[in-house]
Amino acid sequence: MPNARLCTPLPAGTPAPAFSLSATPDQRVSLESLRGRPVILAFYPADWSPVCGDQMALYNQILPEFHRSANAQLIGISVDGVWCHAAFAAARNLHFPLLADFEPKGAVARSYGAYREEDGLCERALFVIDRAGIIRWSYLSPLGINPGADGIIEALDGLEAQQTSEAVGQ
Amino acid sequence: MSRLIIPVDQRDHAIGPSDAPITLVEYGDYECPYCGEAYPIIKQVQRLMGDQLRFVFRNFPIAELHPHAVRAAEFAEAAAGSGKFWQAHDLLYENQTALGDADLMAYGAKLGLASSALAEAFNGRFDDALRADFIGGVRSGVNGTPSLFINGLRYDGRRDVRDLVDALSLATRDVSFVPATNHDRF
Repeated sequence: MPNARLCTPLPAGTPAPAFSLSATPDQRVSLESLRGRPVILAFYPADWSPVCGDQMALYNQILPEFHRSANAQLIGISVDGVWCHAAFAAARNLHFPLLADFEPKGAVARSYGAYREEDGLCERALFVIDRAGIIRWSYLSPLGINPGADGIIEALDGLEAQQTSEAVGQ
Repeated sequence: MSRLIIPVDQRDHAIGPSDAPITLVEYGDYECPYCGEAYPIIKQVQRLMGDQLRFVFRNFPIAELHPHAVRAAEFAEAAAGSGKFWQAHDLLYENQTALGDADLMAYGAKLGLASSALAEAFNGRFDDALRADFIGGVRSGVNGTPSLFINGLRYDGRRDVRDLVDALSLATRDVSFVPATNHDRF
């Protein structure tokens, strides 16, 4: 891809950068407020493009599995505004929050190494953050490829195994 | 690269020789328009590949988007009980816009399925089997429907006859390949 700058998502072991973004016109969600349960952050380029639609609809369908493994909270993030997110979530019947990284544009995506300067869009990047706010897994997918959820589920399984071994060790 | 973690076995719905050098697995949803688009393409690929190919269908209904997808899957599973899975599969994909309960009952009559078998299917007889397909698909990296796996590796290339036949033919020669990807849309 011409002029594509290499973008490196924050790696495992890094504390997840704090954020507070609008989920709806009158509701904000902060990472801090989710502390205590694992968080899956799914950055994606745009609400209505075909692959994203499929990726978010897929994750929506898998939501019960994310909850079953580790009671994880799924969050979608793109640079689309709250009204756009609201229409998209209603059209796809989504049951998880979509956050608007809208102003300053892409600031949160940048802090995670998941922003495409040349396009002004979020990368298609996934992060699994543990209960203490540390990134435990990250993945950057080619923009045109929906990454599926196998990597997320494996990372959540890893968190569970870690927690079990810590509990046994105590 | 995502890999199929549930190996194909005798519980699967498969068509083509069991010792075919290539196995194409589809995770599909009967109400999904992209699966509907892929249906005639896969048929043609099957004709072109002949005995070289075994085709396997697994259920991956995206029920949140497609209200009739689960019942349609249950219908096909019920038909499998009478050895008519593929007739049901084809009938559903050829009638994607008419998958309501009355339609399914009519298709059942057409295939000669007992209405009691359909009633059992719609009452959850196949819940565990459908869930097993779904979870196996998620863990294998199913990334939407249809998701295709060629000899266990997810295929991310274009779903047209030529690209699919090329990818399948490469698999017969046991050549590792990087499939062409669809970078023109996001």
